[in-house]
Amino acid sequence: MKATPYLLSLPALILFAAIVIVPLGMTVALSFHDWGQYKGIEPVFILKNWREVFTDSYYGEMFWRTFRIALAVTVLTALFGAPEAYILNRMKSPWRGFFLLVILGPLLISVVARTLGWALLFGGQGGLVNKALMGAGLIDAPLPFMFTETGMIVALTHVMMPYMVLAVWAALQRLDPQIENAAVALGAGPVTVLRRIVLPQALPGILSGGIIVFTLAASAFATPAIIGGRRLKVASTLAYDEFLNTLNWPLGAVVAVLLLVALVAIVFGANRLIERRYAQVFG
Amino acid sequence: MAFLELETLSKAFGTHRAVDGLTLGVEKGEFVSLLGPSGCGKTTTLQMIAGFVEPSGGAIRLEGRDLLAVKPAKRGLGIVFQSYALFPHMTVAENVSFGLEMQRVAAAECTKRVGDTLELVGLGAFAGRYPRQLSGGQQQRVALARALVIRPQILLLDEPLSNLDAKLREEMQIELRQIQRTVGTTTILVTHDQGEAMALSDRIVVMNNGRAEQIGPPHEAYERPATPFVASFLGKTNLVNGKAVRPERISFAAVGLAGTVRTRIFQGNHWLYQVDTADGLLTVIRQNTGEEMPEEGATVHLSWLAP
Repeated sequence: MKATPYLLSLPALILFAAIVIVPLGMTVALSFHDWGQYKGIEPVFILKNWREVFTDSYYGEMFWRTFRIALAVTVLTALFGAPEAYILNRMKSPWRGFFLLVILGPLLISVVARTLGWALLFGGQGGLVNKALMGAGLIDAPLPFMFTETGMIVALTHVMMPYMVLAVWAALQRLDPQIENAAVALGAGPVTVLRRIVLPQALPGILSGGIIVFTLAASAFATPAIIGGRRLKVASTLAYDEFLNTLNWPLGAVVAVLLLVALVAIVFGANRLIERRYAQVFG
Repeated sequence: MAFLELETLSKAFGTHRAVDGLTLGVEKGEFVSLLGPSGCGKTTTLQMIAGFVEPSGGAIRLEGRDLLAVKPAKRGLGIVFQSYALFPHMTVAENVSFGLEMQRVAAAECTKRVGDTLELVGLGAFAGRYPRQLSGGQQQRVALARALVIRPQILLLDEPLSNLDAKLREEMQIELRQIQRTVGTTTILVTHDQGEAMALSDRIVVMNNGRAEQIGPPHEAYERPATPFVASFLGKTNLVNGKAVRPERISFAAVGLAGTVRTRIFQGNHWLYQVDTADGLLTVIRQNTGEEMPEEGATVHLSWLAP
């Protein structure tokens, strides 16, 4: 029976359709509906919301900011996470296990709690670090952190670090332990070994870690909501505000759909690029 | 004074003496094998020469100079690793030219030497391939080319053929010997395969528990083993009245030590017998000449010339 595999996967397909496809379709449909302060949502087909998002520079700036922050976070996690993974990979037990726990530990703590921690350290006059630095006379005014892009980037980098470390570590574990010795025997110094031998082989891991971090950072909600609040919005907090504060669901739906489409396009594009570049090398 | 000298070389890991006072002189152009079971210290010895492991005691001298004072990257030795350790993100040509780049050899000369060396190992047509696209035997040749192209003073081979299947291994043995004769590089091979060591080497060093049990030409070590360990490690052997007798030296005769054939195994070019005698169970190997041979359960007489 040819139909049997399809019948067997039917329950899963129904579940998938019910919880993913249907709400997604409804959100897309919603983005074409009309909305007014007093009349609420009208189920008609208009392009008003889409036109508004594409023409009003307010939205453009917000998407640009989201992209900028996600890119900065990706670059920073790569800069810190890749060396971290390399050092971790060279450690011997029991230290390796211990530091792996240190790196993964934050994943066990809620993102909200971790971000609030940053707010406690740097938030305004009362922040612990700001108070200490001012007390020591190193700075005159508190370091701006809350409601700044820098603050958001720092907090998100901290939150996303484990994903990058894990991705690079996985790539490094496939490395032949003799390969660095082989390069050394051929006359390569430590820097050359890192640059010419280790880094190129860690690159697929850095790129796949980059894709994970970029998508998570671009769609992150809790950290931008706490650090940026209403003053510094990104796409996800904007969609949230349109849905729950302005109650302009159709406009919120446009933002949500645009974010999704942009992320899917970026992930697919990056993935194809990586696969084409490394297919024959690493297979 | 030998070209390469190991003098009472030792390495201890904790309380375990991996290498225990090994002294060995290797002449220029010589092919020497370190042969022994796993854990005998042969690989540790090689790694000390390469510089990846620091000795606990003793000295290594190359042309009279202290090699231990030289950093591994400056020793200029060619090494072929058991896993080949090719750079997977570089093509065959890039792998081979890496060592020359490190020596800042001019581009034109570099290209020529890479091409020549790839021809030498029979991979001239594969320069643009990536290691993943090559068979195990071809990867092995790339590793050899990469080690030879820098014109090393010494070539170190760490179980280079153990990942190849039996037929390919035999072909590579012959080729490796020819290449080594052509370029004349002093070579040290680490192996646990006594056949490989005997086929390739000018001299073999039979190692056990970190010590050299015997150092000498393969033929001599086989014919006149210095210790029972050497006798048993270098092929099959029978101990008769405390003397080692090789199974292929025993023949069936009209008179001699009486016995009964317990098992008989046909192995193509020879027959392998186990014969119950008053001196114990003896192994006998007879060439397959097409003649009728004693069957299992038959009574036979064994004779051999005293070694």
